[in-house]
Formats: sequence, C-alpha cells, structure tokens
Amino acid sequence: MEHYNMNLTLKVWRQKNSDTKGHFETFKVGDISSEMSFLEMFDVLNERLVSENKEPVAFDHDCREGICGACSMYIDGEPHGPWAKTTTCQLHMRAFKDGDTIVVEPWRSKAFPVIKDLMVDRSAFDRIIQAGGFVSVNTGNAVDANSLPIVRYKAEEAFNSAACIGCGACVAACKNGSAMLFVGAKVSQLAMLPQGDPERTTRVLNMVAQMDKEGFGNCSNTYACEAECPKGISVANIARLNHEYLRAGLCSEEGDL
Amino acid sequence: MRKTFLTTEKYYSMSLNAKIPEGNINQKWENYKGHVKLVNTANKRKIEIVVIGTGLAGASAAATLGELGYKVKAFCFQDSPRRAHSIAAQGGINAAKNYQNDGDSVYRLFYDTVKGGDYRSREANVYRLAEVSANIIDQCVAQGVPFAREYGGLLSNRSFGGVQVQRTFYAAGQTGQQLLLGAYSALERQVALGNVTMYSRHEMLDIVVVDGKARGIIARDLVSGKLERHFGHAVLLCSGGYGNVFYLSTNAMGSNVTAAWKAHKKGAYFANPCYTQIHPTCIPLSGDHQSKLTLMSESLRNDGRIWVPKQKDDPRKGIDIPEDERDYYLERRYPAFGNLVPRDVASRAAKERCDAGYGVGTTKMAVYLDFADAIQRYGHIEAGKHGIHNPSSEEVIKMGREVVAEKYGNLFEMYEKITGENPYERPMRIYPAVHYTMGGLWVDYELQTSVPGLYALGEANFSDHGANRLGASALMQGLADGYFVIPYTVGNYLAGEIGTVPIPTSHEAFEKAENEVSARIEKLMSIKGTESVESFHKRLGKILWNKCGMARNEQGLKEAIEEVRALREEFWNNVRIPGDINSFNNELDKAGRVADFMELGELMCLDALDRKESCGAHFREESQTPDGEAKRDDSHFSYVAAWEFKGGNNWELHKEDLVFDEIHLTQRSYK
Repeated sequence: MEHYNMNLTLKVWRQKNSDTKGHFETFKVGDISSEMSFLEMFDVLNERLVSENKEPVAFDHDCREGICGACSMYIDGEPHGPWAKTTTCQLHMRAFKDGDTIVVEPWRSKAFPVIKDLMVDRSAFDRIIQAGGFVSVNTGNAVDANSLPIVRYKAEEAFNSAACIGCGACVAACKNGSAMLFVGAKVSQLAMLPQGDPERTTRVLNMVAQMDKEGFGNCSNTYACEAECPKGISVANIARLNHEYLRAGLCSEEGDL
Repeated sequence: MRKTFLTTEKYYSMSLNAKIPEGNINQKWENYKGHVKLVNTANKRKIEIVVIGTGLAGASAAATLGELGYKVKAFCFQDSPRRAHSIAAQGGINAAKNYQNDGDSVYRLFYDTVKGGDYRSREANVYRLAEVSANIIDQCVAQGVPFAREYGGLLSNRSFGGVQVQRTFYAAGQTGQQLLLGAYSALERQVALGNVTMYSRHEMLDIVVVDGKARGIIARDLVSGKLERHFGHAVLLCSGGYGNVFYLSTNAMGSNVTAAWKAHKKGAYFANPCYTQIHPTCIPLSGDHQSKLTLMSESLRNDGRIWVPKQKDDPRKGIDIPEDERDYYLERRYPAFGNLVPRDVASRAAKERCDAGYGVGTTKMAVYLDFADAIQRYGHIEAGKHGIHNPSSEEVIKMGREVVAEKYGNLFEMYEKITGENPYERPMRIYPAVHYTMGGLWVDYELQTSVPGLYALGEANFSDHGANRLGASALMQGLADGYFVIPYTVGNYLAGEIGTVPIPTSHEAFEKAENEVSARIEKLMSIKGTESVESFHKRLGKILWNKCGMARNEQGLKEAIEEVRALREEFWNNVRIPGDINSFNNELDKAGRVADFMELGELMCLDALDRKESCGAHFREESQTPDGEAKRDDSHFSYVAAWEFKGGNNWELHKEDLVFDEIHLTQRSYK
C-alpha cells in the first residue's frame, strides 16, 4: 500500500456544553499521513490546539479497536464516515485525499443531547436495556451449559444480533432518530435463544415503551441504520422486533399460552 | 537518591498473611465456603458497597452483590458501563469443562496456569480459579451469551497457547464483548431494581480511610468537574491493569492506574509491578503518530505459522520467498508446542529474530504470521467433504479461505482496515506489544488488600497469573472474582460491620481527602507550562519500553529510575493543561492519570531491579541459559514482591514466600 501525506480543511462542530449554542469552526491540518486513523488525525489537531493554548476538541473514544462503541463522529454527512461497516476509530486517512474538506459533527438526535463539541449523552440506551434487555437469572442459578443444546444457526443469528456495540450510529443515521435497530437487535438476540423465552413478552413491551419515553422516533423503513451500522446489524432485527411486539400484543402478559 | 533501591534489598519484612485456608488444595475453597461468616438478608440492605470499574470483574461483582441485597454504587469513567475495556478481549475464556474429552480437569487447568505463570502465582488462588471456571460458562450461557456451537447444538472449544487441550470457549473474535454484555445486562437489571446506583463518566480520585478501614471514595464527575464524596462499608477496586504506563499498548485510551495507585498511596501494597505481559501477535507500529497498538488474537496461532526469512535483510516480499528459505523459528526451537508456546516465549523469540536482523516489513520490526498452509489444509478437507477428488488449486484456495474467514473473519478485516493489506493473500506482519499486567494490588486469599475493607478484583490484583498469563485466562479471572469469589469473601468482612452505621460524608476524613484531591487538581492547572500531557506520556512510555520492557538489565533499570524521576520533575514544572476545572476537560483527566503513571513507572523499575532472575514475562538479561531461555532462580526469588508506599520516592519491600505443596517446580520447557 502506497503511503502519502495530505493537507486538509476540517469543519468541526464546537459547543461548550448542553446549554449553549454550537457553531462550526474551521481548521487547516497539514502533513496528515494516509496511515493514520481518523482519530489520530484529531490527536494531531488537538496537540496543536494545546500548544496554541486553546481548548482541544472533545470527542468520545476509548478502545480504538472498533468494539467499545464510544467513538461517534458524523463525518461528511455519515455516521462513522465513508467506509462501510467501520467505526470512526477504524476509519483510516487513506479514505481521503490531499486538499479534501471534511465536515465533522456530533450525533444529531433529540434523545442524544450534546455534552460538549462532538460528545453526546447516550444514557438513553442504558435505560432501554434496564427496561428488559437481560435474562433474569441470578448468579449461581445456572445449570450445566451443555444441558441446553441450541441449534447452531440460531446461535449464530443470536450472535449476529448481539454483536451490536451500542454506538448509536443507527439513531444518528435515521431521519426520524429511531432506535429500532438497537432495540431490535437486543430483543432478537434474546427471542432467538431459549434462555430468553420466559420473559419474551414483557421484555419487548417494556423495552419499546422505554424507547418511546426517551424520545426516539419511529421507523419508516429507509434502512439507513443498516447501511451505517459499523457492525452490519441487519434490518431483519427490526422485522423481528415488530413480530415480537405484535406477538406480545396477542399473547397474555403471562407469556405463551 | 539511589538509596531507596539499594536499601530495600536488605530491609524487608515477612509480615504478609495471605490467609490461605487449611486443608488439601482441593478442599480449601469448600472448607472456606463452609465456614465463612454470612450476613443475613435484612442486614445486607443496610450495607453499602462501592465498586470501581465496570469491566468483567466490576460488572459481575456489582450485579451479584446487588442480587444479594447489598446497596451498591458502581463507578466507571466511560459514558456507559458497557464500554469497559474487557469488551475488547477477542479470543476466548478458559474453563475446565472437559467437554472435548481430551483429558482436561480442574487440576490440569490449575497446573497449566501455575506453570504458564512460571511458578510465581499463589497455588490456592489458582486452584480456586480453576474450580469455579466451569460455573462461569454455565452462568454466561444462562444469561444468553451466544458462544460458538457445534452442529449438535453443544458448545465449541479451541486451543490457546501453553496448553495441550481444547478448553477455550469463544464467541467468534468477540468473546470479551459478549461476556461483558452479559455481565452488563445483569448489572443494568440490578440498576432497574434499585439495588445498584450507576455513576458513569465518573473517576475515582481517592480512597477514604477511617480508623484504618476503607470507608469510601472521592470521585470526580467528569462532565461537571465537581468532586463528590461516597461512603461504603467496603470498597472494591475493579479498575483493570496499568499497561498504558508504556503509552503504546493494546489497552483502551482511558485505561489507567489511578484508582489502584491512590489505594497504594493510602496503604495498599502493590505486588510484582514489573510483571507486564507483552503479547506476541499485534499489528506492528507504523509511525510516530500512533496512539495505540491493536492485538491480533492469540487464537490465530491455532492455524497461523510464524516465520522470518533465513536470509538477513531479505528484500523480497513474503509470498516470493520459497519454503526452504523460511525459518519457522517457533517450530524449530519448540517442537512440542510449536506456534502455540506461551506468550512470553513467543514474544521474546520474535524480538530475538528482529534484533538479529531477520525482521520484515519497512521497519524490520515485525515477523510473518502466515495462513497459506491453513488455507491449503482446510481447502483440501472441504473438497473432500464435497466429494471433489481432484480440486484445482483455485478451488482449494477458495474453499480454504472460506473456512479461515469463518474462524477469524473479523480479525482479518480489522487487519486490512489498519494496514491496507489483505491477509488472505499475503502473510500478516506482527510484533509484540504491551497487553496485560500480571502485577497489581497485593491481595490475600479473600481478595482483600492490605487495607481492611478494600478489595481488588480482576486485572487490578496480582494473584492468579504469576509472571505470565496464559491466553483466555483474563476473562476467566475477572468473572471468577466478581461472580463467585467476592460474594463470599466480602461477606466474611461485612458480617463484622453490620453494626457500623453509614459514616456521614461530612466526616473529617472525607473532608481531608477531598481537599487533597482538589489541591492536586489546582496545582496541575496552575503549572501552565509549555508541553502537553500527551508528550510527557509518550516520553515516559519510551523510557519504560526500552529499559523495563521485554528484556531488562541492571544498568538500564538504574538509568530508567533516574530518567523517570527527572521526567516527573519536568512534568510538574512544565505541563500545559488548557480549559478549566469545572467543566469537561479531558486534558486535565489525562494529566492526573499520567502523573500517577510516572510514580508507578519508578516502582516498576525498582521491582524489576530487585528481581535479579528471569521469569515469565520478566527477562533479566543477566539471568539466562546458554541457549537464551529465561533462567529462574527459585532459591532466591520464589516470592511475591509487595511494595509499601513510604512517601516521596520511598518504598518498603514485603515478601510473601510462595509455597508449592502441589506442584513440583521445574524449569519450564516447551521444547
């Protein structure tokens, strides 16, 4: 792979805190290597800002391996930028060329208020999980793991749903600010496994109720969430969520009868 | 100035009591559980526990203690407990289930772990770990963790380094993520039930000790910058390891030693700080801009073959070098374990080849990890399954790549994103990188530190992995400590605390601790120097990597101590932190952590200097066999080095003698 250096113009959203209005600030950055990650390019910018005694740009990030789900930049109109199935931290600068202008914003959604610059508050996701994204099994109650065989393809499908990293790109990508893909992934994972069965009905009802309460919008099937999901979570999860929700409406709250 | 490390050799105490229960090794934990003091349900509701960190150890502990009825407060610096760095563990989790019927047992897992740790861990703790390992898998499956399965619907296993059985359970290359999400879901369930209060975007900045017992913490809300006081009848530190002291590591950017270090300065001994694990298979460094290193799971060594060219400075591409001009040096040196030798052995062997001039890639600080053979092998097997008797080489490669993609697809994708090279077509380039720290706060059998009421779990403690951790054992230990050990052991302490009414946070000890924290923050902000925190951190990392990394010697360590001290001095006179105290200020957060890393860095060198033997990850150049293997010295160094902070640059060394009743100490051989 040929390496090259580039000069770029960045238009970055700056916002002091959740109470103040934000604005775009323009920065020129030079000598950016194509081998850098997108966040390392921000490190370079922030080092420069520190040296100029200015406040660096605040953004969430942690593992920088594409798995913790912390990083969350809206780059040139796409959550996590131009590469498919890639988090911001795994996006590398060879996606850009010399002279490019890059616009970087935080996630934009009513349910994710901006904390500072590019950081948003995604605690709504935790509260949705609190509403039912678990199996009610206390430590020490478990039976031998192999006493519960699970059809392999179902286990794999459950894993594909469970691969969600909770970054919120689906919400940011959606024109309605819907969290259906996030909720659908967790509901699907547990609906496909026998462990999730006893609470199947109440889980979906409670999680959807919490989702609505947090101010997320409705799904209108544009599939932008799937297109932008860094883990390739399929919209089939939304179909399953709808199926589970409908089923729960038809079943009694005590479960399957 | 050098007095500290010269005098510590002579003056040390043997006062440490690990409180190991009586009885045979396989009865100790049963005996303990049978006689431990309990707290009744009504009293549990009156008892408060503070948990720092929400990785595997913290989330599992907080959830389980919440289930039991204690009032738990859990803290993490991330925006959600689900993002703790346990999430990035790739390869798997060990358990002595013997589902493969290949001769595994609790004893064998125990034996492999003690041997893999180069006989520097505590037998009783490791045996308990092996005993509860099977319960972990049961618990996780019950939570809905989607482990890999066979066609019959049962759980699948694979092999990891240093082991001859298949005991590793996995969920593709995302095992840590799935286990953490399991523990996180259990935690959130307790939050919903009101048993756990969650404080995210909070960082613990001090321990509050009242009458010799840990009674709470000072935490900082990272968004508002405000300091908070929190009482607890007990405090559990589940704050992970300190690999980021090297600046470049596979740890998350926020991983830090601060919680453990504050505890150390309040009286908790720090054990074996120099035992850091350098993982053999990471993506090599590409330039100065690099902020972290990325691991390629050890599971890849199940199928990948490691090699370098036989010719020095070979200019050819890997794929152009014919078979007989390749040196598969691990298979050559260690025929019994081959590419699956333990991590410390594999890392040193890679360093040896690169230092000798056989490295590959632009920096020449890399070796190949090659899947061409595995692709051929799997391709032929698949052809056989499909009844194709004379497959073309294209067919073989196509089918073989499909199998490899199924096993390691996400890792190959990650490699390609970072390097821009396709590892299905050309061998990966890898090099060792800092990954895990075996050292940590000294704890007894009950996971209690030397401060009563203060516990350390998971990577934050030192107890189970000796001088080298085997692959897939970190997840096991984190969950063992949180789900199955601490619920018993902390109860034993809290049974004596049921009469203690919560101490109001207006108590003078809270007042004093908060004032100290506040003064330190103000001091950092007032320096207004010229150099960034990041720059100091990089410089610290370079000193430690070069002089306290994969190989160390006396002279280098002595130099490193002086250099770290000088750097620390410079930091406190010239660091520049923009922004202010009472708002989100990541530069300030980082400055506090780097300041603590600088103090730790000195102690690491001091500990490395004291340990004149080579063992596990600790390779002292003065102590090696004629063929360059690590040479242990059991007669002088079969102890845990537990350091007590004595103010300034002074530490006192306490030694816990390691007693091996079960396992006969031998020089480790993987040949």
